[in-house]
Amino acid sequence: MRSQRFLGYAYLTPYLIGLVIFTAIPFLTSLYLSFTSYDLMSSPQWTGLSNYERLFTRDRTFDKSLTVTLIYVFSTVPLKLAFALFIAAILNYKLKFINFFRTAFYVPSILGGSIAIAVLWRYLFSAEGLVNMAIGAVGFAPVDWFGDPTNALFTITLLRCWQFGSAMVIFLAALQSIDKSLYEAASIDGAGKVTTFFFVTLPLLTPVIFFNLVMQMVQAFQEFNGPYIITQGGPLKSTYLLPLYIYEEAFKKFNMGYASAIAWVLFAIIMILTIVAFWSSKKWVYYAGDKRS
Amino acid sequence: MADITMPKTAARISDEAAAAKRARMDLISAVVRYSLLFGVGFLMLYPLIWLVGASFKTNSEIFAGAGFLPESPTVEGYVQGWQTSTPYTFGRFFWNSFLIILPKVIGTAISCTMVAYAFARFEFPLKKILFGSVIAVLLLPNVVTRIPQYILFRDLGWLDSFLPLWVPSALAGDAFFVFMLVQFLRSLPTDMEEAARVDGANSLQTLIFIVVPMLGPALVSVCLFQFMWTMNDFLGPLIYISSVDKYPVSLALKLSIDTTEAFEWNRILAMSVLTITPALVVFFAAQRYFIEGISAGGRKG
Repeated sequence: MRSQRFLGYAYLTPYLIGLVIFTAIPFLTSLYLSFTSYDLMSSPQWTGLSNYERLFTRDRTFDKSLTVTLIYVFSTVPLKLAFALFIAAILNYKLKFINFFRTAFYVPSILGGSIAIAVLWRYLFSAEGLVNMAIGAVGFAPVDWFGDPTNALFTITLLRCWQFGSAMVIFLAALQSIDKSLYEAASIDGAGKVTTFFFVTLPLLTPVIFFNLVMQMVQAFQEFNGPYIITQGGPLKSTYLLPLYIYEEAFKKFNMGYASAIAWVLFAIIMILTIVAFWSSKKWVYYAGDKRS
Repeated sequence: MADITMPKTAARISDEAAAAKRARMDLISAVVRYSLLFGVGFLMLYPLIWLVGASFKTNSEIFAGAGFLPESPTVEGYVQGWQTSTPYTFGRFFWNSFLIILPKVIGTAISCTMVAYAFARFEFPLKKILFGSVIAVLLLPNVVTRIPQYILFRDLGWLDSFLPLWVPSALAGDAFFVFMLVQFLRSLPTDMEEAARVDGANSLQTLIFIVVPMLGPALVSVCLFQFMWTMNDFLGPLIYISSVDKYPVSLALKLSIDTTEAFEWNRILAMSVLTITPALVVFFAAQRYFIEGISAGGRKG
């Protein structure tokens, strides 16, 4: 648009400096560190593949942590997105107070990352906390939320599902931009509401579903505050997600090399899943369009 | 028109019956929908409402019942919680949070605007690759750069200061905001800028006097999100800040759980309420910008 070819770079300067110093170099450095032993005192010692070898063959904690992380991500992300889409679909009808509900459902997203909410969660699910009081009030036995390995992880899943608001707002915006004539056409063709939802609405939403899926997945793999505050990784390491393991190796034990290796494994998993999502997205978006015509 | 004179045939009667049935179905589905929304909304918000109520309860009452109204309201939790177990009050920690947030928000707004302007309004070599790098940074998990960043900040002597929290953001490090502003800027017409250029304004003047005012709502969203995220940020301060006198509220709250004897829940809940209040106030004062910002971020462009 402008004649000066390099003027754009002038405005880009802060980004370029930041990109090199705070992203690109650290990115490569952490790959290098993952092949070393480094305790911050003496300089890094090259140890070849031994960190990775230890991770994959001798480290029980890593096995446990990786398993728990995968369970956490693959339960939290679909649950959260399905719930967000469900509520957005309900809100998309011509309802009164739609703005009120949208706001009410969004509030937890605003606060959810806060330590205060993690603290609240720790109380809510404690042995004599609000949740057990409510369960007791309808006649059920109290649940041991933090003592039982399965339940403990579930409390963190619930916390993140509670924050479905931002995904919901994105879904709702997409739903509201769908051309109304498509619904009329479907209705003339005799399609019921459920059929219309699955064969008209859902295919049209695939781009935002994809966006939400990737963003939520990348976020879920990096969950730290929840397990750190609410369960401290326990019981029996059942909520010891990989970011917690990396944090303790790096900043408690100062095993920077080993922690970098764990971080790179986590990064590789996220990257592979993101690539799979991108690669498959071409298929499901195309497939949906093909099926409609 | 013809309807009035037409005799009611069987077909017409069944039409009416169908219409009545449809109206009934609509009513039922509306009832179902509203009850669902109210039910979900109640479940969502009750913990927060309860939190506020409980912060005015005595410590023994907190575990006594699920109601949110305190029997004999007391501000004891606030008074004692505010004092903390450190030599500082919570006021100090709020001040620290403010000192982290303000430069960070300003730095983010300025740097991200410049970068978005470059991407949305200029042609330059490698533009596609560089914009691709914004997306890559957006998706890059922080976990992989955190350790070398820590080592870098240590070598620079920035540990236990606010610099590690300020500087990356001031260099447009939060790719989400760059992306959001680029999307927004691309959707704006360029004729005002063309006119300014014809009148002899240079690109910087155009940016300041034409583009920034048009970007207004999007910039407000950026500032609000950055405020919120920084207020909630825990891991950053946890890694970089070690002296208690520099703690932001998130770390102070964690400290108070660790140090409060036998969990004086009312103090902790009272301080939790104070911690989330700024975010809530800002959200309710400007919720339009949040909703628009998050919707714009999700739009594919």
